[in-house]
Parts: sequence; structure tokens; C-alpha cells
Amino acid sequence: MQAVAVEGLSKRFDEVRALDGISFDVREGELFGFLGPNGAGKTTTINLLTGLARADSGSIVIDGIDCTKKIRGAQHLIGVVPDESNLYPELSGFDNLCFCASLYGIGKEERIKRARELLKQFDLSKAADRKFAGYSKGMKRKLTIAAGIIHRPKILFLDEPTTGIDVASARQLRQMVSDLHDSGTTIFLTTHYIEEAERLCDRIAFIVGGKIVRIDTVGNLIQPLHDKHIVQFACESNAIKIKDGLKSHFPDFAFEFPNNETIRIESDSPISIAPPVRYLEDAGIEVSEARKIRPSLEDVFVRITGIEAKAMRSEKEKKGGGQ
Amino acid sequence: MKRWTAFWNILSKDMRTYYLKPPNISWGLIFPLAWTAMFFIRSGQGLDSIPAMLPGVVAVSILFGTTSMLAVTVTFEKKNRSFERLLLAPISLELLMLSKTSGAILFGVANAFVPVIVAAFLADLSSMNWAAFIPAVVLIATASTFLGLFIAVAVSEVFEAQTFSNFFRFPMIFLCGLFFPIGKLPIFLRPLSYVLPLTYGADILHGSVHGGHIMPIALNFALLAMFCIGLFAVSLWNIRRKWIM
Repeated sequence: MQAVAVEGLSKRFDEVRALDGISFDVREGELFGFLGPNGAGKTTTINLLTGLARADSGSIVIDGIDCTKKIRGAQHLIGVVPDESNLYPELSGFDNLCFCASLYGIGKEERIKRARELLKQFDLSKAADRKFAGYSKGMKRKLTIAAGIIHRPKILFLDEPTTGIDVASARQLRQMVSDLHDSGTTIFLTTHYIEEAERLCDRIAFIVGGKIVRIDTVGNLIQPLHDKHIVQFACESNAIKIKDGLKSHFPDFAFEFPNNETIRIESDSPISIAPPVRYLEDAGIEVSEARKIRPSLEDVFVRITGIEAKAMRSEKEKKGGGQ
Repeated sequence: MKRWTAFWNILSKDMRTYYLKPPNISWGLIFPLAWTAMFFIRSGQGLDSIPAMLPGVVAVSILFGTTSMLAVTVTFEKKNRSFERLLLAPISLELLMLSKTSGAILFGVANAFVPVIVAAFLADLSSMNWAAFIPAVVLIATASTFLGLFIAVAVSEVFEAQTFSNFFRFPMIFLCGLFFPIGKLPIFLRPLSYVLPLTYGADILHGSVHGGHIMPIALNFALLAMFCIGLFAVSLWNIRRKWIM
């Protein structure tokens, strides 16, 4: 059964076309990833699905409820964790959770119990009475996720949950997302971290420039590259200058140059490392490292979208801090 | 029932977080007292001037108390995105905004009674028509709150809300017949008086305190109620248009 069904969703902000007729569905109990660079339309999609924005055209059905015109009917079913924590800075962690629970009509005793339970689960019990404003970034993200699930939603929308937090907190959050998924919650996750999507998601949609360019399971996305053999050489000097020579000397290989000092060779048959190394050294280019590479989702993403994953990461990190 | 749980908790959170904070309580007490003292000294007529002054002081206390708070409870929350959390709750926008404005209405009503309590010690208020005065205070607080909401929704920064509020508040004090009868205003300013909600509220207050009203009390109530509905409806329309794009 479909938890979310989207058909031909479009949204324009003045001259900018943020979403261009996207269609997809999220199955019940699935962890669905929405992967794309900044400005691809990820947050706009979440805003449309949760009622924080109105679509120009297209339809949205959540758990069988047509939310195209009126989202209110499905809002008790969904939980939202925005890309920036939006809890009340002047309230304590405990009060924030109790307040969020009350918005869903949860009675006093039940919300106190649930708030304590979540604070414990998210390892925030000691900070329960501290004001939210004094929390670290990682703690803020954790409490924002706790607030998003306080009413036990069937579908959880997570907008870039690990952006801007330290590695340990990010790892802890990924584990929490994974646990939520295991408990049966349907999760719609946007991220620009390819490894995160690969590790967590059942299915992934690549979104670029407001259009979905590919949707599939992680396994199916990587499958075409599984039979490929990839070797990467790190050189001590500029290798691009002998690009043409390499191509003519090894016509069966496909070459990529991620940067001036890196050469990536791809082939349908196993690659012997010695001949390319010899060729490079004869051309005066010293090779410092040669390693076989297992194809990853990053390779698939780069292939499909033409966007370098590193560029996508650094662009976001400039904006919100790295993980 | 569930939506009323949400309503009550939004209201009580706002009361605790914003209205019952010591600076606001002191502001709510000092401001009306300062206005009372200022006009008392200015009138130069001693204690006899209190019934004539009271409607103006009450109305100004309500107006400033309510409009200044909405800039914080709505504009500030919109700015720091916590308002989004409310928009995601499964309650109607109408109920949500009523819960966000109820605190300001109560704050305005409480502010109104500060000068009344002071006046009760200094003058004879036994002839006051409380049956008209109390509903008028509530309705003026509601209209002023919705005016504050209208302003808060129209801007994006807290300081803009404060500036924009003054654009309405100060002319209103002098054009609504609170301290100067509308009949004594220059003829070209008089039409302006009748498009301001406080004109009708001030007229009820004058009528209920010392019997000096110009228009029928029932008409004043009806017009004030229409202003409340109109300002609330326009504010909701603006929220849908500007905040849920």
C-alpha cells in the first residue's frame, strides 16, 4: 500500500521553477530517500507534502487522503522534522516535547509519559529541564526529531537530519532513523549525503533542478556498475596532460579525471594495474597509489546527474557546517 | 476535544512565555498608570476630571498592550520558524490564530482594569454602566488584537511590526474621540475617525462611564464587532497568501 502518492507536482516561485511535475510514491513502512544538491527542490517537496506550501498543480495523496487542496485531514498522520530546529528556545526540552504533544490533542498524563520516554530514548534526560536555546546543535536535532515523533506519526518527513552536526551525533541520529524505520514508521528522508542515503534508504529518488531523474532501490541503482571493474590511480603530478595518450594506448578502458592528479579507469573486464602504471611512469608521472574501487551509489549519482558528489557536499557545508 | 487541548495549550504557553513575564507585567501596570497620571495632571481639574479621562486611558492601555504583544508572539515566532510547528498541527488556521490572539486579548482586558481600579479609589464610579463597559473593553481588546495581528502578518521583522503599529496607534489616539471630541476635529479629518475601530469603542466607553456617547450604543457594538470579524478575516487571508505559499 502507498503511504504517499504524488502525481505531477509543480511549484514555481516567481521566475524560478522549483518543482517541475514530479511524480513518485512512498510505500508503507518504507524509508524513501530524496537525494539532490542544494536548490534541487527537496525542501519545497516536503513543504508541499506537509501543508507548509501550496502546489501550483499536481496531486498529493497521504494514506489514502487527498491532500491536494486540504492537508489538514492528514496532518495528524504525519510528523515533520525540518532542516533547521524550530522548537521554542525559551522552553526546556521537556516543555517543548509536552507542548508539541498537546498540539496533537494528547492528554496531560500521556504527554508527560511520552516526553520522558523520548528524552530517555534520545539520551537527553539529563538536559530535560534545560532551555532549548542552550542545547548543542546535535542535541537540538535530536530533540527536534523527538518532537516530530511525539504523536507516533505513521509517516515521518525528515529534512536533512544530519546536516551541520558532528560525526558522532550524525551517527547516533542515523541509528535512530534506522530504529524508527525498523519499528514500522514510513520515512521520507531528504539528504545531500549520498553515503547516508545508501546506508539507510530502501528506495531513492534523485532530484535535480526540480525534476526527478531516477527512482529505484539502492541495489537496482548500483547493479549496472556491479559488473564494472574500476581502478583509481593517485599521481604525484598533473596527469590530464597525457589524457589523449592514455586513451589511445588503452582503447578498451574508459578514463575519468576527477581532478588533475587522479585517474579513474573503468572496464568491463578485470584491470591489470601494472601496464597503466608503467605507461604513466614512462611519461614521467609518478604513481603514489593504485586501488580497486567498489562501485557505490555516489558513482551512480554522478553518472546520472553529472553532479560531483564532493561539490554537492562542500556547497552544503559552506552553508550549514559539515558533519 | 483534541483541538481544544491544542487551543488551551497554545494559549497557556503564550501566557507563560510572553505575557506573564515580569517586564510585561510591569509594562502592563506602568503604562496605564503613566497615562492616567499624565492626563490627570494635564487636565488641571482635579479629581472631577477622572470620569471624563477614564475612557481614553482605558482605550489607550488596551490598544498599546495588545498591539505591541502580537509583534512578539506572531512575528517573532514566524521569524524563528517555531510558528511552522503550529501550522503543522492538525487544527484549523482559524482556531490556531484565535489561540495565538486570545492571550493578547486577555492581556488587553487586564491592562484596561488597571486605570479603572486606580480611578475607583479617587472618584465615584457608582453611576458607571458596567453592562456596557465590560463587553466594550473585551471588544476593544479583540479589535486592537486583530489590528495587531493584521500588522504582524503584514511584516516580516519584529521592529517593522512595532514601527507599523505606531503608524496606526498614534493617529488613532487623537482621531477616535478619546481625548478630543470628534466634533471638534477639522472637518477633513472627521471621515478618517469613522474608519477607525477605536472610535466606536471609545464612544461606548464614554457612554458607559459618564453618559457622553454620540452614537447609539448598539450601533457602536455592531460596528466594533464588524471590525473584529473583518480584521481577523483579512489577517487569515494574508497568512494563507503569504505564509503558506
